Formats: sequence, C-alpha cells, structure tokens
Amino acid sequence: MKNSRKISPFLSRLSIKPVSHLKWKIRGDDIFKLVGALFASSILLLIGLMIYELTKGSRLSIQTFGFGFLLGTKWDPAISRVFGALPLILGTVVTSAIALLIGVPLSLGIGLALSEYMPKKFGFAISFLVELLAAIPSVIYGLWGIFVLIPFLSDHVYLHLQKLFGFIPIFSGPIYGGGVLTGGIVLAIMIVPTVSSVMRDLFLAVPKSQREAIIALGATKWETAKTVISYARSGVICAVILGLGRAFGETMAVTMVIGNKFQVWPSSLFDAWYTMSAIIANELLEATYDLYVSALMNVALVLLFVTLVINILSRLIVWRTLKLVRGIAKE
Amino acid sequence: MAHKFEIENLNAWFGARQVLKNISMKIEENAVTAIIGPSGCGKTTFIRCLNRMHEITPGASVSGKVLFNGLNIYGNGVDPVMIRRKIGMVFQKPNPFPMMSIYDNVLAGLKLNGVKDKKILDVVAKQSLELANLWDEVKDDLNKSGASLSGGQQQRLCIARALAVNPEVLLMDEPCSALDPIATAKIETLIRKLAENYTVVIVTHNMQQAARVSDYIAFLYLGELIEYGQTKQIFENPKHELTERYLTGEFG
Amino acid sequence: MRKMDYYRFRLIKDYAARFIVYLSLTVALIPLFSILYEVVQKGISTINIDFFVNPTPTVGEKGGGAANAIQGTLITIGLASLIGIPIGLMSGVFLSEYSEHKLSVIVRFFNDVLSGIPSIVIGVFAYALIVRSIGFSVIAAAFALAIIMIPTVTRTTEEALKLVPLSLREAAIALGVPRWKTILTIVLRGAKKAVITGILLSIAKISGESAPVLVTMGYWRWWFAGLNRPAANLALNVFVFAVSPFENWIALAWGSALVLILLVLGINIAVKIFTRERY
Repeated sequence: MKNSRKISPFLSRLSIKPVSHLKWKIRGDDIFKLVGALFASSILLLIGLMIYELTKGSRLSIQTFGFGFLLGTKWDPAISRVFGALPLILGTVVTSAIALLIGVPLSLGIGLALSEYMPKKFGFAISFLVELLAAIPSVIYGLWGIFVLIPFLSDHVYLHLQKLFGFIPIFSGPIYGGGVLTGGIVLAIMIVPTVSSVMRDLFLAVPKSQREAIIALGATKWETAKTVISYARSGVICAVILGLGRAFGETMAVTMVIGNKFQVWPSSLFDAWYTMSAIIANELLEATYDLYVSALMNVALVLLFVTLVINILSRLIVWRTLKLVRGIAKE
Repeated sequence: MAHKFEIENLNAWFGARQVLKNISMKIEENAVTAIIGPSGCGKTTFIRCLNRMHEITPGASVSGKVLFNGLNIYGNGVDPVMIRRKIGMVFQKPNPFPMMSIYDNVLAGLKLNGVKDKKILDVVAKQSLELANLWDEVKDDLNKSGASLSGGQQQRLCIARALAVNPEVLLMDEPCSALDPIATAKIETLIRKLAENYTVVIVTHNMQQAARVSDYIAFLYLGELIEYGQTKQIFENPKHELTERYLTGEFG
Repeated sequence: MRKMDYYRFRLIKDYAARFIVYLSLTVALIPLFSILYEVVQKGISTINIDFFVNPTPTVGEKGGGAANAIQGTLITIGLASLIGIPIGLMSGVFLSEYSEHKLSVIVRFFNDVLSGIPSIVIGVFAYALIVRSIGFSVIAAAFALAIIMIPTVTRTTEEALKLVPLSLREAAIALGVPRWKTILTIVLRGAKKAVITGILLSIAKISGESAPVLVTMGYWRWWFAGLNRPAANLALNVFVFAVSPFENWIALAWGSALVLILLVLGINIAVKIFTRERY
C-alpha cells in the first residue's frame, strides 16, 4: 500500500494505526462529553441542594410561625423565643430603595459621561477606576464607613440636613452618624460601579444611526443623551434591577454602619435599623437553640427567594429586550 | 494505476438542504485530481466528505459509500479520527497554530498522536518541511511563532504539518485563493512534486490553475457531477455542454 | 424672537446637564480615592515586621500581627480554588464546546442565577450542609467560597474558549486528533490568557469575602489547626477588629485592610495590564 516515500522509514514503525484497524468505536469523545456534562450539572445540583437545605433548616421556624413569620414584628431570642422578620424585610427594602434613589441617577450620569461626553482615552481611564471600585471588598467599605464616612456625615452633612429639613419627621431625631441613611449611602456607593458599567455598555451599544438621526435634526448633546437613554430603556430597567439585587444581598458593609437595631420602623433616617443579611451575619453564631437557628435560616430562605425572583425577572427582561433589538436589527 | 477512492452515490445535506446529489466517481492514486465548478456547487462539501469533516458541522449528514483503499470509510464501526490520519487536509485560509513555534506546528499532529521521541520528531520536522519546500526558508528560525510567516509560507507550513502525520492523501480546499501569484506558483510547483508520492485532490475555482496542476478534473454543478476525465481531454474536448460553457467563462 | 429664547433655554439645559453629569462622575469617584487614601494612610503604620510575624493578639494584649490571618486566608483560598477551579473550568469547557446542547442552555442560565445569590446565603448553605456535621471549619468556608468562585470561572472560561476561531479546531481535527484532545490541547492553549485571567479575578473576589467566612468559620485567633477546624481570615478580621473597642485591634483592622486591598486591587490591575498586552 505505501510505496517508497521520501519520509524516513522511522515513520512506518510509528504507532499510527494502519488502515485495517479502521473499525474502532469512538470512546474518548463520549467520555469527555459525559465528564463535562457531569461537572456542568453540578451547578444545577448546588442550587437545588441550596434550596433544599435552607428549606429543611427553616422547617422548624415555618412550623412554629408559618407565613406569619413574614409579618411578625417581634424578635426575642432570650425570653419569649418569638421571631418575626417584617422589620428586617422593611429594613432591607428601605435601605435598598435609598441606595437606588442615590445610586441610579449617579450611575446614569456616569454611564452617559462615559458614552456621550468623555473622549475615548479618558473614558478608558475612568472606566478602569470605576471597575476598581467594584473590586473593593465589602468589609473595607464597612471599615471606611465606620471611621471615615460616619464622622464626615454626622459633622458635615446630617447636621445641615436636619437644620434645613428638620421639620419633616424623617429628618428629625438624634444623629449618631450611622443608621438607615448611612446604610443607604454606602449601598449606593457599592452598586454604582456595577450599574454604571452596564449602563455605559448599553449606551455605547446604541447604534450610530439613531444618534445621527437626532443630531441631524439639530439636537443638543443633552437631547441626544435623552434619546439614547430612551432607546436603551429596558436595558436601563434591567440594570436597575441588577443594582437592586446587589443591594439586597449586601451584608458586611451594611451591618457595620446601620446600627443593627431591631425595630419595626426607625424614628428617622438617622436612626439605627437592621436588614435580613445583617441579622444572619450577627446572630447565626450566637444562636444556641434550634428554633433560633431555624428562624435565621428562614430569613436566609426569604432572602434567597427574593434574590432568585429578582434575578430571574431581570433575565427574562434581558431575553425579551434582546429579541426586540435583534428584531429591529434585522430590518 | 489503482483507484485510491471509489465514490458511490454520495449525497450530502446541511440539515434539510441537499448539497451533493448522487455523486459517483473514482479518484486515481498518486495523481492530482482537481474539483472545479462555480461557487456553491458543492466542491468544498465534496472533499470534506472524503475525510469525514463534513459531519462535524451540526446538522450535516451524508449517505452513500466512499471506498478508500477498498474500505468504506462510512461503514459501521469505522473511526473518523483514524480516517483523518490517513487523509490529510489543507484549508483555504492558512491556519497555523499561532501560539506554537514553526517546529511545534509541523509536529502538532504527530505529538498529539503520541509520538514523543525527540530524534524522530526532529527528523520528521525536517523532512516534512523539505517536502513542503519550506525548509530552506525557515531552518534557522524554527522557534519563531507559526503566525509570523508570510501567507504563502504559512500555507506551506500547513502542508508540512499535514504531511508530517504521513497520510496517503492530501485534500486541498482552494489552497491558493488567499495568496499572491508568486506564493501561488510556489505551491503549484509543490503540488506537482507531491503527486509523485501522494494522492492529491484539490478544489479550485481557478481553471487555469486546474489546467496547470492537475491530471484529472471533475466538474461539479449544483451538487452533481457533470463530467470527469483527464485534464487534457476535459479542456480540449469537453463531452458535456455545461462543462464547455463553464470552461469558456459563461458562468462561474 | 420666540425661537431664539427657546433655543437659549435648550442650551442652558444642555450646559446644566453637562455639569450634572460631570458632577456625578466626580461624586462617584470620591469614595474610591477616599478609601484608598485612608486605608493606605491608616494601614501603613501598622505594617511592620511584627505584622507579618505575630499572630493576632488577645484582649488586652499589646501589639500583635496578622501572620496567622495571612496563613489561614491562603490555606482557605487554596482549598476553595482546588474545588472551584476544576469545576468551573470543566463546566466552561462543556458550555463552550457543546453550546447548543439542552443542558448547556439550562446550566448557562442557572450559572448566572448562582452568581447573583448573596454570599451570606451561600454561607448559610455551607453552614447547613457542613458546619452542622463537621463543625466550623476551613472545609466549610472553602466550600462556600468555591461556590462563589464557580460561576465566574465557568463564564469566563466559556467566553474565552468561544473566542478561539473555528479554523484552529478544524486544523487539529483534520490532522486526525480526536475532539476531546483538540479541546484540551489546542483550544485550551489558544485561550490560555483569558482563562487564567478569569481564574485570577475569581481568586481576588473570594479573598475579600467575609460574610460566608463568618458563618462557616467564625473568628479564630490561633494558627492553622487542621482543615476540620477554623482558621484565621484576613477579611473577617477586618470586620471583627473594626467593630471592637481596642486601639491596637482597630489598627490591625486597617493594616489587614491594606494587605487585602493591595492583594485584590493588585490582581485586578495586573490582569488589566496582562490582557492589554494582546493589543
């Protein structure tokens, strides 16, 4: 079969199988695919196991308090052993809302700055700095929050806020520097990097043709920017939901500045409060009996559930948006 | 001369779209067979069926027989991986591995097939590069990246790489279409030289190239084999009207 | 005349908008510079030989260092990486090479979901699964951190592999290399830089995690005492020391924060430079 070739006779002794051994079954590829599939499925397994374990751990609490747990306003591990999560849920929601109120406009501003206003070179540098902000660990935000932000806010900001708006109940009350507003501010700072980069990418993705259309009509830069935001509308909503998800789950930085006071409603923005993640972090190690642990796991379950819903919802919106954009792009 | 390939009723699909229709032909050993035809006629699909590369595209399928040295490569239990070691391929756009040196590029196929002996590797590298008419140009720079060569050199590197695993057949899919005329000429010379020891099947959209380089020509049109014969006969005396029209440049 | 007034109004809006946009940019960057400045300024005085040699001090003890925390953190992150990286890599490979497979579509979706789950919840999961049987331990913490790593490694590996052009894969297959070998050698090698980048970034991420560490290990004052016992952790120490009333502990908090920031930002910046080299 092989007539004399210029390639050395060495090769004919090599382990390359001759033609007659062509009848082999494909084995290596199948094994590889199976192994890969197993590893990939482990991700599904982990999520499933997580839901299972947290539900199992919460069972005692659910049996004892039922859905009333979500509406309960008492948290008394010492004497009556009654647990209720409403204040925690409210605390989480309110601090996250503050974080969004402050953070979203900031993020919009940064996103616009990086896509419409800044020249490319600066844009890269600024984006880089913003990404660094995202990489800073939560505890360090908390550390900075305690020793730098709180003194600054209580001396230079809150006093003035109270002077100006003190007649409104949420601005009255004793100031010690930490509390709800501080928690919201720290959260805002923490979500800005992520949300603003998403917005920047969204705005940059708006096709040139759209911009050119409105510029040709004589629009100012701001008016062009407004068009861009409007075009990327659903993406913006998505980014906001993303920020909400992050704010909900933030633990350490919040617990270090919010005061960790369990109460149904704070007396003012400057009063201390508590969130779902903060209470788990602070009390899980102190929980000495089963119902206590179960109550905390119940809180974790609620947190998991809420984050999952937020996550899946935002993904559905993304999926929808992509379909829409692709539809427009096809035309 | 023996027939290296005997193709019987070969059909090929991409999903539901049929690209090759009932092709039957024989390919001569140690000769250059050119597959010509207008764009989209199935030339590339055809040669990719010869080394079972067609089926790696999702949704692609094949029916019919391709006998290689008398054995149906699409038969039960035949391992496509083994087939591809005996039937090598060179692609339209040179694709050396950019993260490897020239030396490693040539030997990539060999090393991945388990050959480790440095002495053998060195010998094979030199001989493959010589066979591909590239040795003199790169012998002092074997450690340079494979991607640092010119287009024509990269293509010869790919040829050397294909030859290093000692195939019996070399399939070439428009190997010169991305190259300049001088590089093209070098490769055409190389092809004629290779035909002494290998069976070469080359797809080309350039008729003059087919005339220069090949011993046999197969003309495909819309997935069907219209005519097959010796190069001289096809050009001087085409039997089919379509062939004649294609050769005179009426379409394509 | 009316038109001119309205135009000027639009111009004013434009200038105002520009001002606000740049203002928000500045406001957002102030915390970054403030944090970096404060951490460096307050932390640098604590960084001395003692810091790297002594373990954390007990209540009332003077001085002390973070040596055991550095040791514990390295061990915990090492174990977490040992678990998380292979799973993430192999999953990423599967998602990229068998991209249209039903399993891939599902896993890709849930991988993103997993990355959005708060780290404290993952910590509680590890608590429920491991701490309740083995107890507070490095294993439990590493398990939690591995789960946090997996989505990042999976996603970056998948994206990195997808960037490797089809022509390279075909070249290898045409040489008679089986598909699995092609993936493990040619494709992985071609995507090496991006894959390593993803791994480094995920390591940086878990180095800074303290919430899951808190509920799986708790505060540990001593040297490493076995995988089934807790170990000291740099990020957690920042928390514990920061909220304490002791001066030297607070100083250690800043020092530990400085080491942590240098590590985390260092990896991030190195990765940025590393990936820019390609251009």
